[in-house]
Amino acid sequence: MSNMGPYSDLVMDHFMNPRNMGEIENASGVAEVGNPSCGDVMKLYLLINNDGIIEDAKFKTFGCGAAIASSSMATELLKGARVEDALKLTNQAIVDALGGLPPAKIHCSVMAEEAVEEALKDYFVKAGKDASVVDEMKAQIKKDH
Amino acid sequence: MSPVYLDNIAGTKPDPRVAEAMIPFITEKYGNPSAHFYPLGRESYNAVTKARAQTADLINAKPENIIFTSCGTESNNMAIKGVLALSGSRKHAVITEIEHYSVQNPILKMASEGYSFTKLKVDKGGRISPESLEKAIRPDTAIVCVAHANPEIGVMQDIEAIGRICREKGVHFHVDAVASCGQTEVDAEKMNASSLSLSAQNFYGPRGAAALYLAPGVKIKPLFDGGFQEKGIRSGSENVAGIVGLGKAAEIAKAEMGVYAPKMAALRDKLIAGLKSQYDFLHITGDEKHRLPSHVSFWVEYIEGESLLMWYAQKGVYAASGSACSSNILADDEDELQASHVLTAVGVPTDVCAGSMTMTLSKYVEEADIDHVLKVTPEIVDKLCAMSPAFNRK
Repeated sequence: MSNMGPYSDLVMDHFMNPRNMGEIENASGVAEVGNPSCGDVMKLYLLINNDGIIEDAKFKTFGCGAAIASSSMATELLKGARVEDALKLTNQAIVDALGGLPPAKIHCSVMAEEAVEEALKDYFVKAGKDASVVDEMKAQIKKDH
Repeated sequence: MSPVYLDNIAGTKPDPRVAEAMIPFITEKYGNPSAHFYPLGRESYNAVTKARAQTADLINAKPENIIFTSCGTESNNMAIKGVLALSGSRKHAVITEIEHYSVQNPILKMASEGYSFTKLKVDKGGRISPESLEKAIRPDTAIVCVAHANPEIGVMQDIEAIGRICREKGVHFHVDAVASCGQTEVDAEKMNASSLSLSAQNFYGPRGAAALYLAPGVKIKPLFDGGFQEKGIRSGSENVAGIVGLGKAAEIAKAEMGVYAPKMAALRDKLIAGLKSQYDFLHITGDEKHRLPSHVSFWVEYIEGESLLMWYAQKGVYAASGSACSSNILADDEDELQASHVLTAVGVPTDVCAGSMTMTLSKYVEEADIDHVLKVTPEIVDKLCAMSPAFNRK
């Protein structure tokens, strides 16, 4: 496909052929996050096994090309990851994996990072733990970094 | 199938006769129209003079009342700033809340320099009531600016009624006719326009060629200080080829409007009816009765405009969106992305103005093109709805 638009070929590919679009019944963790600046909404479903590995990830997104591509790429990066590693998934990592986004569209990838965080909070809460576990893990990752 | 170009409000495909008329003036007829004493210059002068008459004829004006400019934005700036600069103690302007940026922003600029303004509210269809204008005009009102047709939602104002009010009140009436001129009747006299903007790119002429009509006796302060071109009102060497193209486009538009306006209106109505029948959550924006012949605009619940726009492009339909996400994609910062003020003014919720589309026809559009749009729309909308967390099919 010849690409004449503001997005890279890879972004266009994820926009037009989104990976892992859909829902997971009985998901281990679910989150819906919104981006107040543009009204975009992303819903993320995670299926996590007993070893703490993300077996499946699916999404639904109301948003622009960058939002849909970021969601799609995020689920690709999440599948097979350990929960601790999933929390290391920054928006920049998503942007890099997509081969870049226009500066005005970077915020779309932030939505995907937030969705991961919130879905994992939901996962821990369902497992009887406190959601703050995620904040602590995030803080530790930032410290180590 | 070749792509269906439905972004004509952003610029039409030049008529081949226009291009043909222009070519000599970017090749061998390169004289400066201000050089009157040799044939090369005189030839350019005559060409500009002819184009002035052709342009004037399109809007029922006299050639001496046409000032050539570079674009609609320049024409609007020139009228607004030029009138207000000479308005003395009258320092108030009236506009509508759906004016184009090239009207809104000059007004905001003047407001920062001590002028004040009133923005008239529009109804759900995007029309102002003449009564509200009557109330808004104050003793110190210097100018009223209203677009004949809105480029985003296609609504046309009752411009003659508005003009009558301005005449009765003795206020300068500036008509932004960029979206309508050349497509539907624009008669500066009937409108009682004191000034009027038009642009060639909207009626099969070239980009970079536009005009400002100034009614007899109207004085404005020029934007540029320079030489004596365009009676000193618009200094700067003339864009002769562009002006020739504008003139030719005006001549063709006047002669053929009677054929193409009804053709476009019929296809517009077919597209609107088809879209409405496909989804009950697809909503037409802009008054359906008072509407540009070429104009279709709508928004779809649950899905976002840039995604729609990108999918339509993939399916060979080139259109536009008023969504925040697609507003300024090359901006450096997300703060520069803004939902359309026009859509919010007609009550489209901000988080979904997002899902808006503008499809504007031209004289070249045929029924098969409209059929193509109606064929691909469900493919696109179904796909995006399936992806939308907000969508729950009843």
